[in-house]
Amino acid sequence: MKFQGTLGDTHQDGKAGGQGRTAPPTIQAALRTETGKGWLTISPPLLYAFLLLIGPILVIFANSFWTQDYLTIDRTFTLANYKAALSEPIYRDLLLRSLQVSVSVSIVTVVLAFPVAWFVSFRGGRYKGLWLFIITVPFWSGYLLRILSWKVILGYNGVINTGLLHLGIISEPLDTLLYNTTAVIITLAHSWAAFAILPLFVSLEKIDRTLLEAAADLGDGPVRRFMRITLPLAMPGIIAALMIVMIPTVGDYVTPKLVGGKDGVMIANAIQVQFGKAANWPLGAALAVSTMVIVAVVSGAMVLLLLGFRRLMK
Amino acid sequence: MRRSAIARNLLAFYVTVYVAILYFPVLLLPVFSFNSSATPKLPLTGFSFKWYESLATNSTMHSAAWNSLIVGISAAVLSTILGICAARAMTRYRFRGKGIATGLIMAPLVLPEIIIAISLLVVLLGLGLELSLMTVILGHLLICVPYSITVLVSGFEGFDPNMEAASRDLGETAWGTLTRITLPMLMPSIISSLLVTFTISLDEFILAFFLSGTEPTLPVYIWGQLRFAAKLPNVLALGSIMIAASLVMLTAAEIIRRRAEKKMGTGRQAEAQ
Repeated sequence: MKFQGTLGDTHQDGKAGGQGRTAPPTIQAALRTETGKGWLTISPPLLYAFLLLIGPILVIFANSFWTQDYLTIDRTFTLANYKAALSEPIYRDLLLRSLQVSVSVSIVTVVLAFPVAWFVSFRGGRYKGLWLFIITVPFWSGYLLRILSWKVILGYNGVINTGLLHLGIISEPLDTLLYNTTAVIITLAHSWAAFAILPLFVSLEKIDRTLLEAAADLGDGPVRRFMRITLPLAMPGIIAALMIVMIPTVGDYVTPKLVGGKDGVMIANAIQVQFGKAANWPLGAALAVSTMVIVAVVSGAMVLLLLGFRRLMK
Repeated sequence: MRRSAIARNLLAFYVTVYVAILYFPVLLLPVFSFNSSATPKLPLTGFSFKWYESLATNSTMHSAAWNSLIVGISAAVLSTILGICAARAMTRYRFRGKGIATGLIMAPLVLPEIIIAISLLVVLLGLGLELSLMTVILGHLLICVPYSITVLVSGFEGFDPNMEAASRDLGETAWGTLTRITLPMLMPSIISSLLVTFTISLDEFILAFFLSGTEPTLPVYIWGQLRFAAKLPNVLALGSIMIAASLVMLTAAEIIRRRAEKKMGTGRQAEAQ
């Protein structure tokens, strides 16, 4: 912020960056270019991200190749942790289930959110901002509290069961509502709704409305217009929404713990145990790295699939 | 024509149901927090303040609330300062590598929180630091900065960089330009950012759970209480207060942001005429 003083000569002009090449290669001169000023201004938050995010993630990565030797860590390179993470049935099952849950949640969330995003973008009129605010408010109500609320809703003595009993629709409580993968998926889909709607809305906003009018004038019906214009053009938003939901949910800890029961345990619960009670950091690190790599590969595959699908539509 | 009218009503109905389901779990906690029964079930048994009354004398909860306040205020102020730097660089300069730099800073938004939490835990313990409120603040900064940036970027986009240039040309110092032009112009966004990041920190659980040591924040305190079924009504009361606080702060942030936007909008129209 100190370099405010030199702002006067900074106009958003791509050429400004080029001056750096002709100026004498001193540090002061380098800092006076637009590139220099840009880097200098962004450096505090960037440095913070390097020190407290990138650095620590690299440390975790290194840890995953080491061995826990009682209280100390043996730093000889080994792949044993990955072997355990990928071949021991318990971890393999947890990884697969986490992946299955996060893929299901992202698809369910995006499919349910799309019509809402479309409604706000195409029918919202003057109230688009208000609609977005209304939709994002529940998301701010606290992650833990929302999950707790679903536990209260779905529980054996929960709102749905006691409500249905009271109305005489069922004669004894349903025990299939809570403590299973479905409960985890419902809770997560609810928690991440706002995250899916925002990117979908942004991509729908960018669609040039005259394209749709042109298609209508040329005789395309609403379904055809949607399939050939809206959906392909909204694809970047759909992809962003899927990723933004899928990647964080694969490592969710609280939801499986509170509403997942024995059958809903996910990989984050196993990772937490390794960093807590079991105190085997390297194994926990290998589980964390495996999760990230697998979710990255699945996301990549999903993006390719959707892009291929878009090509078919056009 | 008729068919499209049906489709339109169907869509409006769907959106209504969708929004109702979004709000249902959030509004349910306050409803049960005023219910006299010790278990949250239907039908409701009667109105009562007793769960709130017992919170008033709960000193463990009070110290957790105090911890949350310290963490929230620190995280809000620091992340807004870092956010100002990032948002300024993103909106005022073009430079090579901007995309990567921005991506790295925004990354905590899309990473599973448990990954961030364990990485920080291992490094902080490795450096020999004791877990404390300080370590929670360090963690919260990571996830608060991206939100702060999104709020502040629109603030920077809303005001003309030529105003700063003019201030310089008229002989104001760099510090004077910052305190008399830039910060006042950005004030609505800064307040918005403080409110939003405070709310995020107040509600954040995973990082606080891993990094808080012996001083719990409110969500960590709630997590501990969940083991005792008898404490559930108190938790619901506390949760309702937190939800209300979050809603008030976010609505305030939204109103401030919008009023500033409107003012800028009319200013620009006047300029055009």
